[in-house]
Formats: sequence, C-alpha cells, structure tokens
Amino acid sequence: METLGHDASGFRARGSFDAGEQPGGDRLERLIQTALAPVTGTSRGYYLWVAFLLMVIAWGIYAYSRQLQDGLIVTGMRDRISWGLYITTFVFFIGISHAGTLISAILRVSQARWRTPVTRMAEFITAVALICGALFVIIDMGRPDRVLNIILYGRWQSPIVWDVLAITTYLTASIAYLFLPMIPDLALFRDRLAGRAAAWRTWLYGLLAVRWQGTGAQWRSMGAAITTAMILIIPIAVSVHTVVSWIFAMTLREPWNSTIFGAFFVAGAIFSGIATLIIVMAILRKVYHLEEYITEKHFVYLGYLMAAFTLIMMYGNVSEYLTTGYKMTEETEFHFRQLFLEQFAGFYWFYIVGGLVVPGLLVLLPWTRNIWGVVVAAILVDAAMWVERYFIVVAGFRVPLMPYEPSTYAPSWVELSVVAAGFALFALLITLFVKVFPIIAVWEVAEDLEGVEITPAAGRLAPELAGGGGS
Amino acid sequence: MPALLPCAMVEMRGLGAHSSPGPDANKVKRQSDYLHDSTAWRGLAGEHKVGRRHVLRLLGLGVLSVVPLPVLPSLLRAALSQGKVQARGPAARTPDGRIRQWAMVIDLRFCDGCQSVGKPPQCTAACIEGHFAPEPMEWVEVFEGELPGGGTQFLPTPCQQCQNPPCVNVCPVAATFSTPEGTVLIDQNRCIGCRICMAACPYDRRFFNWGTAPTPPESHLIGYSPEHQVPTQRGTVMKCDFCPDMARTGTLPYCVQGCPNHAIYYGDLEEDIASNGDQVIVPSRFLSVNQAYHLKEDLGTKPRVYYIAGHGEAVGRDVFKRDRLPTEWPWAERVKGAKTWKR
Repeated sequence: METLGHDASGFRARGSFDAGEQPGGDRLERLIQTALAPVTGTSRGYYLWVAFLLMVIAWGIYAYSRQLQDGLIVTGMRDRISWGLYITTFVFFIGISHAGTLISAILRVSQARWRTPVTRMAEFITAVALICGALFVIIDMGRPDRVLNIILYGRWQSPIVWDVLAITTYLTASIAYLFLPMIPDLALFRDRLAGRAAAWRTWLYGLLAVRWQGTGAQWRSMGAAITTAMILIIPIAVSVHTVVSWIFAMTLREPWNSTIFGAFFVAGAIFSGIATLIIVMAILRKVYHLEEYITEKHFVYLGYLMAAFTLIMMYGNVSEYLTTGYKMTEETEFHFRQLFLEQFAGFYWFYIVGGLVVPGLLVLLPWTRNIWGVVVAAILVDAAMWVERYFIVVAGFRVPLMPYEPSTYAPSWVELSVVAAGFALFALLITLFVKVFPIIAVWEVAEDLEGVEITPAAGRLAPELAGGGGS
Repeated sequence: MPALLPCAMVEMRGLGAHSSPGPDANKVKRQSDYLHDSTAWRGLAGEHKVGRRHVLRLLGLGVLSVVPLPVLPSLLRAALSQGKVQARGPAARTPDGRIRQWAMVIDLRFCDGCQSVGKPPQCTAACIEGHFAPEPMEWVEVFEGELPGGGTQFLPTPCQQCQNPPCVNVCPVAATFSTPEGTVLIDQNRCIGCRICMAACPYDRRFFNWGTAPTPPESHLIGYSPEHQVPTQRGTVMKCDFCPDMARTGTLPYCVQGCPNHAIYYGDLEEDIASNGDQVIVPSRFLSVNQAYHLKEDLGTKPRVYYIAGHGEAVGRDVFKRDRLPTEWPWAERVKGAKTWKR
C-alpha cells in the first residue's frame, strides 16, 4: 500500500517548515534552499565562465580538426616517442576519476558520517573525468574512424581491450552509483520546482525521480541497491587503474617493466582524486555558499587522507627505484640519469618535493592545517600527479631500444590546445551538472540533522526529504 | 506526473495525524520508524522479499540478454559488410607439402655498412625502392653499435619476425598477426593507429604514418596487401613484411638482392635451405657452426632473424672506421613539397 505515503504528506510537512514550527525545520529548509540555489538563480559570472570555457573548447576543436585533416604529424609525437600529452592526460583523467566513486564508496562502506556533504561532488567528478579521459584515447588514435574495430575485432589478449572493458564498466557503474542516492533529491527537486522552473526541468526531474514517493519499500530497494553498488564499485575502480597501468607494464620497456605498476597507479589515482575533490569542493563551496555544510573539518579530513597517500607514494617510489637501481642495468642507468639529473629532473623533483613532501607538510603542520593550506596542497598534488604521468609516459619511451640517438619530445600547439580543451570540458561538465542536479546529497545531510538535533520532528521531516509530495 | 500534482496538494495528510486509519496505518508507522533511524534503511534491505516468480523472470531475462553476446561481433561484422580484410597469398609449401618457415641470416662479418662502396646501406636502399617505403621509414635499418672492446659493428635490422611477438600480443584488433609461415604482418585496412605495438616492440621496428607519406605516383599502381603495404595509409603502422610474396615466386627479398657483400641469407627452415643470391647454405648447419645469435635473446621473443657475430672483417672493414652514409629516398626530388617527418 505504497500509495499511502505518496499523496500529500510532503506538502503538509512543508507547510510546517514555512511556518517555522519545528526547530529543525529552519535548518532543513535552509539546507533545501542551499541545494536549490544553483538551480534557481544564475549569475552573470556564471555565463561569463561558461562562455570562457566554450571558447577554450572551440579552440581545441579547431586544433583537433587540423589534426584530423593533416594526421598526427601536427603533434610532437614521432616513432620513438609515440605517446605524449594525450596519453598523459588520459591516464591523469582516469586517475582523478577515482576521486569520486572510490572515495565516496570507501567512506560509505566505513560509515564515515562526515562524508555526506562531499559524496555527491566526488561522484560528479568520477563520471565527468571518465568521459574526458575516454575521449583522449580516441583523440590519440591515428584512425578514430575505425574505433568500432575494437568491438568488431577485439582481442581479449590486448591490454587496450581490457581498458575499454574496464572503463566502460566503471563509467556505467559510477553513473548508477551517482544516480541511485540522488533519486530522493531528484524527487525533492521535482516537487519543489514544479511550476516554478522551465518545462524541461520539470520533465527531467519527473523522469529521473522514477516515481519516488519515499515509501518504505522504495527506501529499502534504494538501500539495497546502494549497498550492492558501493561494494561492487570498489573492485571495479581498482581494476580500472590497474589495467591502465598494464598498457605500459605489458611491454618490454625497461622503465615500465615493473610488478608494482598496477598498485602504484591505483595509489596515484586515489591520491590525485582526493586532490581534485578538494579543489572542486573549495570552488563550489565558495560559489554556492556551502560554508555551513562543507566546513574546515571536511578539508582537513580529506587532507589527512591525502597526507597518508603522500607517504604511500613515497614508499612506492622507493620500492620502485631502489629495486631497479640496486641492479642498475644499462637501460635503468640511462633512465635514472634522464629522470634524476637531466631532461626530466625538473619534473621529477617537482613531483617529489612539490607534490609529495610539501603537500604532506602543509597538511600536517598545525599552522597550515586549514582550508587554504589544504587547497594549496591539493593544487600542488594535482599538478605533480599530471607531471608524474607525463614523465612515466615520455621518459619511458625515451630509453633507446637500439643503438640510436635518444629522441626528444616537445608537444605542439595542437596537443596543448586539445589538452586545454579537455580540461575546459571537464570544468564545463561540472559547471553544467551543478546547474541541473543537487550538489549536496540533501537527504543524507538531513539524516545527520535529524539524528543530532531534531529527532522528534524526524517523522515529519523525512518524507519531505524523500520528496514525499505529489505526482 | 505533473498533472497529478494539484490533486495531491489538495489531499493533505501528514504522517503525524492520519486522516484515514485502517490497514494503511501500520505501513506508515513502519516507514516513519525507519525514517527516524538514519541507518535503518540499510538494515532493512535484507528483509525485502522477492517472489520466486520474480527471481525466475529476472534469471530468464539475464540469460536471454547474455546468449547473443558471442555472436554479436559476427552479426555486427555482417551488418557492416566488412569483407575479408587480411588478404594475403596462400602459404608457401615445400614439395612434400609442409608449410615453409621463412628465416633470415645476417652475417655481420660481411657487413661494412656499405662503407666500401661509398653509398648509403644498399639493403635499406633496395628495400625502400622495392616497397616504396616512405621517408623516413627504414624498414631494414643499419644501426652502428659499439663493441665492448672498442670500435663498432654495423647491424642491419629488419623486423625480427618473432615467434612470440610482443606486438601481436598487444594489438587490440588483430591488425598485426602471425602467419603460418612464421612471419608477422600488418593489415593497414584494420589498424586503428593506437600505436601500442610500437610501445611493445623491443627492436624499434615499427613505423607510423604520422602524415600523408610522400611516395611516387607509380606506387599507386600496385594493389594493396599486407604483404605489399602500398599505397600507404595515414594513421596506420607499417614495418618490414619479410617479402613472403616474392619468396613464393622464387625471388629473394629486396634487401638480400641489394647487399653488395652478400651478407644476408634468406630461406626456409622447414626445407633447411637458404641463399644470399650467391651461395646456397643449409641453415641448421650454418647457424650452428657459426654460433648464430638473436638480438635481445633474453627477451624470449624467438626471432626468425639470426645474426653471425662480426664487424665487416671479411670484407676488410677497420673496426674503428665509424659512420655510414645517411639513407636517401630516390623520389625525394619528384615529390617535392610533400611533408615528411623525422623518426
């Protein structure tokens, strides 16, 4: 008799909020209004920002059209260093996609309550980063018109096919994992915005809320689905970055010939994922005034997680380079020389000092253990992780296989433009997403409100959260 | 759904005060209980009963959706009417019907990098001319390697035709494949240009068409086959194809023909016969008595190209005389203005 719950309970409850009867009602209403704010009002700055991003993307599309016209000759890649900025950016994006799902799933599994205001943004980042990352594989292809050959003639033995499978599975799973906990919030939007928003919004929320009425059966189904999804998604996420690393590790090139590569890439992915989450969180918090929900605590906690990963990354470096350096084959010697002393030394030491040591200190020292300190640390970490992907790819290729002069690689304007467009697309998708979907998991945050302060009223408040109104 | 909203709004009923008692009340109470407890929804998940019929239907649907998966690729292929792509000649056979196993022996004692003839390496030149290999691709490239005791040796390096080919292993679309004759070919009509084979090849023997390669007009008169990679296709990978099409008609590969010192032998391991265009040898014997080796043997790629150690001493090369002349492309003049690239 699920019909009972769904008629008007929500509207009654809402009436009581408006009257401000309940002590928790104010807080809840404020939460709902905060969640609704990006959807209901749009500032001029927003349009300027979107216009700027579109311009960068348009320029990137122009650059890519040149590449389609003339071939990959317009890039800086050549036979001996045959992957460059595109593959670097692909690996980086797949890396930051671990922000979301993995972090939010792990926090959910471990029932860390402070996660609630943060999970939704993390899950956005995952879906968006995966889309951008997958795009870069196609951009890197010599014959993008034949991309379907991977399905038509795919061979299970190829790491590229593993990648395609892992990434599409992860994308599907993370969209599901983004969508499931959003249903009650979508229902809230459906009910709150009915008649107040554009027709397409009403239609969209109505469609996506999948007739959510907040009945017990619905809550139970959703709970079961989220539980299943959050447990499934962790091995999927781990597998994704493992097989990305295997694109490199399955070859006979000395710097990539490493058993630690899978684990090292996964750690790096989570590391850069946390950093990206912190940056996006800081921006959205500022722009949409989420200060009440995203507090210094969230930054510091995520900062601690990041600091723990700086240690794991350092351990990875020691483990990787000490075991190969102890034996010091000829190729290893060449690689170490270019990495630690010559061509890539600037990149490498920036990564070690700027990306691991300094961020760790920023988070751990009490004077910088605040929002600004953590955000600066996160920016450093993201830059350093991109640089790390760059020298893994390019320096790996540079080690000569035969007696020839080592090549050099310098990205062309086309590559730089396309990569800039890729990052702009990432920002644009997040920007647009925020405009359409609730950026805070309202019902999850409200659960905390109830639990802590307004328990008696919960019976009234909850159906409202569940979007318990009309339709 | 929006149409229903007004009526729902009229029918006001909160959870605190039920206007309609009856069987519904229980349900509502449970729901609200559960909402009181913020974590209860998780625990309740297990209680949810799913009927047997429901499960059976789900199972059935699941099976139905999985069954067509194996045939899906062939269906798609048929739909897109992609015909036979890997066109190549029938495998060559010995008189008693065994498939020939092509192999190459490079006797480095006779290779002086063409220093004595005063020309760029003639194996490379002949290969380029015969295959219209575009600039800057040297499918058989003559490297100059340092010897551990000082001095250098020249090292003509075609595709090693591995029997455990790292490139074939990683190709996502089987555009590069092993043949029954023991060679490795590339189908440029299928290659997607992902270049993972170039990352995988430990001998640097794969070349990418970064742009539209300049080739002479006559190259377009030849029909394409993976055994004769003409005309070139931008965005695909190329390499030495070991000339099996020529071998089947009893002709030696271009590089063998081009070598002024007869340093390169080509032949069939199955019938145990090979030639450098001057002499005929029995590979099994020749390789053993001359202590033949493979490049990067320890990688386990099992190449079909064998080397006999040396530095051109048989043709009078001084081990300390360095450098060979750079390779030239004979049509460079004729296709001026075309954009080439460096490796």
